[in-house]
Amino acid sequence: MIEIKNLTKRYGRKKAVNDVSFTVQKGEILGFLGPNGAGKTTTMNILTGYISSNEGTVTVDGFDILKNPEEVKKRIGYLPENPPLYLDMTVIDYLNFVYDLKNVKLIKKEHINEIMDLVKITDVSMRLIKNLSKGYKQRVGLAQALIGDPEILVLDEPTVGLDPKQINEIRALIKKLGKERTIILSSHILPEVSAICERVIIINKGKIIASDTLENISKNISGATTIFARIEGNLDEVTKAISSIEGVDSVSSKQSVDEGANDYTISTVEGFDIRRPLFFALSEKQFPILLLSNQTLSLEDVFLQLTTVEKHTAKVEGEANNDSHI
Amino acid sequence: MTAIFKREFKAYFTSPTGYIFLGFSLLLAGWFFAAGNLSTSSAEMSSFFSSLGIIFIFLVPMLTMRLIAEDKRNKTDQLLLTSPVTITKIVLGKFFSAISLFGISLLIMCVYPCIMLIYGQPPLGNIVALYIGFFLLGTSLLSIGLFISALTESQITSAIVSFGVMLLLWLADWVSTTLGNPIATTIIGWVSVLKRFEEFTMGILNLSSIVYYITFSAIFVFLTIQVIEKKRWS
Repeated sequence: MIEIKNLTKRYGRKKAVNDVSFTVQKGEILGFLGPNGAGKTTTMNILTGYISSNEGTVTVDGFDILKNPEEVKKRIGYLPENPPLYLDMTVIDYLNFVYDLKNVKLIKKEHINEIMDLVKITDVSMRLIKNLSKGYKQRVGLAQALIGDPEILVLDEPTVGLDPKQINEIRALIKKLGKERTIILSSHILPEVSAICERVIIINKGKIIASDTLENISKNISGATTIFARIEGNLDEVTKAISSIEGVDSVSSKQSVDEGANDYTISTVEGFDIRRPLFFALSEKQFPILLLSNQTLSLEDVFLQLTTVEKHTAKVEGEANNDSHI
Repeated sequence: MTAIFKREFKAYFTSPTGYIFLGFSLLLAGWFFAAGNLSTSSAEMSSFFSSLGIIFIFLVPMLTMRLIAEDKRNKTDQLLLTSPVTITKIVLGKFFSAISLFGISLLIMCVYPCIMLIYGQPPLGNIVALYIGFFLLGTSLLSIGLFISALTESQITSAIVSFGVMLLLWLADWVSTTLGNPIATTIIGWVSVLKRFEEFTMGILNLSSIVYYITFSAIFVFLTIQVIEKKRWS
């Protein structure tokens, strides 16, 4: 559906986007993750035709953004970071204007009412946009992107500056919209991406450093898994018992909240699942396991590792490039 | 294009701009007419339009200052440029909205010849030439304002620079006559939109002058489009 190839955008000498390639399938919700200034917004601006790239191509449904800009723009609804609202207009006037501007062929009144219902702005339709709260402005921005029923939605940090209730509402709305549409969503808030997106592209300093499902990304980075266990019994004996299991790399422990028990963090050698041997080894010695959980890296850990640690960056980048050229 | 035209035109009246423009232009025009024509019983409208021309040096930047600068400041250009319309249509829609408001004020000023018609026989051909000439002159000034509005994000900068440029054009006309150098006079004569208007004040409806004004506006509209286009690439 969307194919981005070798995109590069220079501002003076600085490369805001550096050789970025990825594809988005129809119906996919893609998360675009990266710290501030990573090149997310620039990429989205190029994709929607607001600015042009220095190198590379953007193809949507087979149409090139430079050769057939109108065909591409017709298919994309864009909500930029700051919703592009005319503050001196009422909500309904503004949506009517966008409808005319986009030269939509659907039945006007019906279409606009439907969208206003969907994003829940019907009750403020007669109010001036400048008098609306940030949350409502964001919704009007989203309504604007939905006009003309585009197949693709590009949303740049759609929940920034909203209160937690509004964030949940917008997220639920995006999920709902994603059932019928292709959505590209950018964010620097990790739980947001994990809550909404099926696939994630992590970008830093203008380069894609990972592109996969969230699970796979964290698996790739962590390599080996870590197990957290709360076990009752003498600290030294338990540690000895755990250490004797095949596949255990190291064990660390600390005092637990449960009396007489300790919390153990066990890191394993890659390729070993020690949960069963652990159970048998401990039950043989009468050490009850109170708690056992597989500790995967949290998204924050993944993100920080990818964007700060150089060696990890290099490692994942190789994989990311393979994925993105499919 | 019509969508942008309609929005921009309405925007003049959701802000005080449209009212101030119409109010001032009509107030001063009324005063010029009363002082220059009614009190002296003169049917000669050329001095009326000469005075009005100077007033429009102040008023035109008011109409054009926000045209593109405001969109850039408020990021609403993101909506326009990512919609399936060409930059040419966006710019033309905006330009025509300013021309329309200017045209409306000029249309209201048509009551003056009508008043004269009641009491005498004013030189109608002459007056029609003046109105057409003034409309073309105004359009050219608006195109300069439009272009300058595309160069900045600040409406104030846009207004001040537009005003300065138009004042320079007016002075250039005056400078060229005192300079005495024929080559400089010719060159300045080419950029001086006000100089061209003199022909109309003499009642001459010259095709070359009409073409000149239309070309002048077209060049500045083209430059405006190029400025916006170039910003996308840099």
